[in-house]
Amino acid sequence: MTDHHPTHPAAPEFGVVDTLVSTRPASLWRDTLAGILRQRSAVIGFVILGIFLFVVVFADQIAPFDPRQSMLGVEDGVIKQAPPCVHLLGCPVDRPEHIFGIDTNFQDVFSRVVIGSRISIGIGFAAIGLAIVAGGIIGAVAGYVGGRTDNILMRIMDVVLAFPALLLAIVIVSALGSNLINTMLAISIVSIPIYARIVRASVLGARENDYVTASRALGESTSGILIRRIMPNAVTPLIVQGTLGIGTAVLDIAALAFVGVVSLSEITWGSMIAIEFQRLFSAPHIILAPGLAITFVVLGFNLLGDGLRDAFDPRLNR
Amino acid sequence: MTRFIARRLLVTIPVLLGLIFIVFTLARVIPGDPCRAVLGERATDAVCDDFIHRYGLDQPIPIQFGLYLEQLSRGDLGVSIKHSQPVTQLLIDRLPTTIELTFMALVFAVIVGVPLGLLSAYRRNSPVDVGSMILANIGVSMPVFVLGLLLQFVFAVLLKGTPFAMPPSGRLSSGVEVLSLVQVWQLESVTGPLRGFLDFVSRLYIPTALITGQWGPLGDAFKHLLLPMIALGTIPLAIIARITRSSLLETLGLDYVRTARAKGVRERSVVLRHATRNALLPVVTIVGLQLGGLLSGAVLTETVFNLTGVGRTVYEAITGRDYVVIQGFTLIIAFAYIFVNLLVDLSYGFLDPRVRQR
Repeated sequence: MTDHHPTHPAAPEFGVVDTLVSTRPASLWRDTLAGILRQRSAVIGFVILGIFLFVVVFADQIAPFDPRQSMLGVEDGVIKQAPPCVHLLGCPVDRPEHIFGIDTNFQDVFSRVVIGSRISIGIGFAAIGLAIVAGGIIGAVAGYVGGRTDNILMRIMDVVLAFPALLLAIVIVSALGSNLINTMLAISIVSIPIYARIVRASVLGARENDYVTASRALGESTSGILIRRIMPNAVTPLIVQGTLGIGTAVLDIAALAFVGVVSLSEITWGSMIAIEFQRLFSAPHIILAPGLAITFVVLGFNLLGDGLRDAFDPRLNR
Repeated sequence: MTRFIARRLLVTIPVLLGLIFIVFTLARVIPGDPCRAVLGERATDAVCDDFIHRYGLDQPIPIQFGLYLEQLSRGDLGVSIKHSQPVTQLLIDRLPTTIELTFMALVFAVIVGVPLGLLSAYRRNSPVDVGSMILANIGVSMPVFVLGLLLQFVFAVLLKGTPFAMPPSGRLSSGVEVLSLVQVWQLESVTGPLRGFLDFVSRLYIPTALITGQWGPLGDAFKHLLLPMIALGTIPLAIIARITRSSLLETLGLDYVRTARAKGVRERSVVLRHATRNALLPVVTIVGLQLGGLLSGAVLTETVFNLTGVGRTVYEAITGRDYVVIQGFTLIIAFAYIFVNLLVDLSYGFLDPRVRQR
């Protein structure tokens, strides 16, 4: 890295100075990254999510045991609901090592938390991705076409927003049938209005700009104007809201699994808690492990989202 | 102002209609056989045909919807198939639990969250600010049910036997009872809607005990409510604290605040009277918006703390295919939500004269 950081990532004149004196030319991406890395919360969020991303990708290699395998008869001295045992931390060597302990079915809690990360985080990503696409289309059409179309689309969004999100998701999953795809769809549907509103607001703000009028005068197609000229304005708020939204989605998936809408045979953090929550008083570690996993992932997304917002919107930063 | 209210009310009507339609449709498409869900798997076809005919489930969907609208206009939410009870009666029994829980959670969130946010903004970057914002971040990231379970573990297990021990479930200790208003005021002769209203209020234990001076049960009810209230209120608390903080920070940077300082107004007065007043405007909106989250969270809190409220009832109705209850309850929840948002918008009109002009 050079010593000549631009004082502000978005200020072009500093970028020019930077290219004159530094060996590496400034680029939009590098400036943006530098801006993000200056936000402490974004960096912490990055680190937390990086760890979890690693766990998701290498879950099979990290998990020491098969998450569905009962340790009964496999290991000597295994105790039902045994608390965590780490040999390095003074746990007797003659006892089997399970860093998050053993659950009621004699399964290794750590392996279950590791494997459970896939569904818990994966569905969140998929649901929000889908919601951004669907909400983006709805918002863009509403904002650009305007008039009655706008009115009808946004009133439909109002109706969706009129339900408490989790309750609506429960009803939708029950109506469609409880499996993982429908859980993803339900969370996606309840999230659509937020993204539709964001995109609509950006489109309304950008629609009357001179460069848009110019594109239209040059004969660019409506879809071309929307996608190439207007939508770039919506990218920043979508990234910020999407990051925060995945955190919420992870919470919602856990909640749906906890109330039992998601089949308990799927290994997710929510269903792990749902299965064991009656044993809170005798074996709290079984609930604590997936509970903390959820909390940390959501914290990671929230910190990253907040950091991105501050990095993209320097006004808030003074 | 009148025009502002009228316009806002008019906009609500299509949303309400859309809402009724969605609730109705969703309840119909829930898979499974309502007859066998209620009467058991071994009900014969003849019994089921009779059952389906009796509840109008053999009519075409549009006709069922028409009948439903007509029924709604009479204030009739139907009869629960499973409980063999009018839905309105079920609401009288169970809605108060949820109202008491969400209201207390919101009060908790506001009376802790707003001062915390103001203090954080005023002492920006101090240990108080950094500490409370870290806690706020963790607070919004923790699932309601995990927090609820943790609170139960700490207050009902670890602190058992100390004065800080709290009951982990239910609304009252066994043997304790809050006498209803009808019993206290000896109004057994009252019937009809008024009686329904009195029964409804009586199920709100804390206000009823307060009005009628039943101090023992009041303390007991409050103790039972404390943990669920904290579990449910923490997320809104964190959100409110953060919004209050950033809003006051923004306001403190405005010109009129500098002017007030320049003309020698005391700092205390600048912050509390000049800045805070304007800074609290966005907070009002946020408080109103929390209701949806609170009602969602109530489903989870009620499950964890074993409370028979609206959330639990809807969930049980879905698993039991009790269409009428699903419709009635989701409708009431959504109505309440829209109503509160309406109030928030209107209060905005009162608080900020500029809104009225538009």
